[in-house]
Amino acid sequence: MSETITHHHHIKLPEGSIEKTTTTLNLGPTHPATHGVFQNILELDGERIVSAEQTVGYIHRAFEKLAERRPLYQITTITDRLNYCSSPINNMGWHLTCEKLLGVKTPKRVDYLRIIIMELARISDHLICNSVVGVDSGAYTGFLYVMQYRELIYEIYEEVCGSRLTTNMGRIGGFERNFSNTAFEKIEKFLNEYPAVLKEFENLFNRNRIFMERTIGAGPISAARALNYGFTGPNLRAAGVDYDVRVHTPYSSYDDFEFEIPVGSTGDCYDRFLVRNQEMWQSLSIISQAYKKIQEMKGADAEVYHADAPAYYLPEKKDVYTKMEALIWHFKIIMGETEIPPGEVYQSVEGGNGELGFYLISDGGRTPYRLHFRRPCFIYYQAYSELTKGSMLSDAIIVMSSLNLIAGEMDA
Amino acid sequence: MSLTNETIKARLIEKFGEQVSNFEEPYGMLTFEAPKEMNLKVMQFLFDDTELRFQFLTDLTAVHYPDKAARELAVVYHLHNLVDNVRIRFKVFTDINKPDIFTATQLYSSANWMERETYDFFGVNFVGHPNLKRILNVDEMDYFPLLKQYPLEDQTRIDKDDAMFGR
Repeated sequence: MSETITHHHHIKLPEGSIEKTTTTLNLGPTHPATHGVFQNILELDGERIVSAEQTVGYIHRAFEKLAERRPLYQITTITDRLNYCSSPINNMGWHLTCEKLLGVKTPKRVDYLRIIIMELARISDHLICNSVVGVDSGAYTGFLYVMQYRELIYEIYEEVCGSRLTTNMGRIGGFERNFSNTAFEKIEKFLNEYPAVLKEFENLFNRNRIFMERTIGAGPISAARALNYGFTGPNLRAAGVDYDVRVHTPYSSYDDFEFEIPVGSTGDCYDRFLVRNQEMWQSLSIISQAYKKIQEMKGADAEVYHADAPAYYLPEKKDVYTKMEALIWHFKIIMGETEIPPGEVYQSVEGGNGELGFYLISDGGRTPYRLHFRRPCFIYYQAYSELTKGSMLSDAIIVMSSLNLIAGEMDA
Repeated sequence: MSLTNETIKARLIEKFGEQVSNFEEPYGMLTFEAPKEMNLKVMQFLFDDTELRFQFLTDLTAVHYPDKAARELAVVYHLHNLVDNVRIRFKVFTDINKPDIFTATQLYSSANWMERETYDFFGVNFVGHPNLKRILNVDEMDYFPLLKQYPLEDQTRIDKDDAMFGR
């Protein structure tokens, strides 16, 4: 019998793997702790990380190629799917880019309405990021507790544009319809109730011994390195650089508002967490200022919700059915017969996780000649191996969630 | 005194003479061009100069112009001086048959992945890059998809039967 059994090597080990003293660990692409589809190949010595190699691109959808065949309005839906935790910021960033190219001036009320929505989006983005940092350090409560307020934010989106996650909100020049009373009521409800929730959320974490020990000193980065790595947004501010697109290159009338730019000093997970929390307070203040400004508007100003730019603003559907003018513009815009000037534009907005830039080249055709997205987390994720080198495996997880990496944005 | 586009232009011309050219200001952003062998020298100067201080690489990408003979590919850098809050756009053009351009990774760590992305989609060969391989597309891919000769799939095609996605 025995001669019939031949010995095969069923497991083929890579060369040198027996002599190797370190362990290779594949973290992801579908590991629950990555919160998105991306992979980290960690080289471990015991529980210490010797090196990390990131692999991205698992959900690459060729957005830049697709955009070259799409008229301007069809690109809004692409931007939804970049940072899907704060889609309205992407939508409005794209519309602002178009407006810059086309020379459309928006009325103040439109700017303020946009700011309300963008700041709500920022809160929902930071809320997810910070509560997930909590989850990864063992505190699930915060995540579950704040989720109902993200839900309220999504209800406001729904009231404004009809959808929740991939919002496709607004038009070039403003919004597709005016905000309903229910929308304002919900915004008011949010403004009234959210401060207490955020306070409680902070109480849960900010001075929590376990949380502090897990996050302080985890994944720190100096200001100089952060700048060299192209960090932007809360991650850069946590390292101590007060760069914020809303202040440096104001768009949508952000210069009408009073707010502070919170900064950290060490750039570690704890500072990133605190900076995001502080930004939520600032966002709340911006929303209430904008809301007040809108309430104070009188007469025709108080009703306007889009710019007077018939050549680019897609008219309301009921007008299309009843008015000749609107029908003509609708047809022209949809068929791509409106004149789009040739030009080269770079417009950026302060997205949920950093400077979201749109580099648009138009050759005068109905679609962009080239559109490039500056996606903040694609750029700063490079620093991950430097951030985690020498730290423990458990720190690697928390660094990943505190960087606010969104696979959709990273992979475009 | 804050840095103006005129000052930047004057400093560049003073340093590089006729090698920097095609100055434009589309939508207020100073845009200029340099020969591709000069890209690192220009960026190093912009980085080191005590007045200019363009030390933040905002964006790096490429554009394909198939009709421009011997300058089909443009590599575009967006640089930012965070102190004076000025942005500029810097371009180098290259022949698509010899798309070799010096890497900016020594100057900016952030250029690493941005250059890999540009290589991945346009085939720009960044000379001196530590790890120039595809990043978003699969390694087996044998073409550079953002070049203009590759059209998107025809949406009206009927030869494809895909019951799962309802074509």
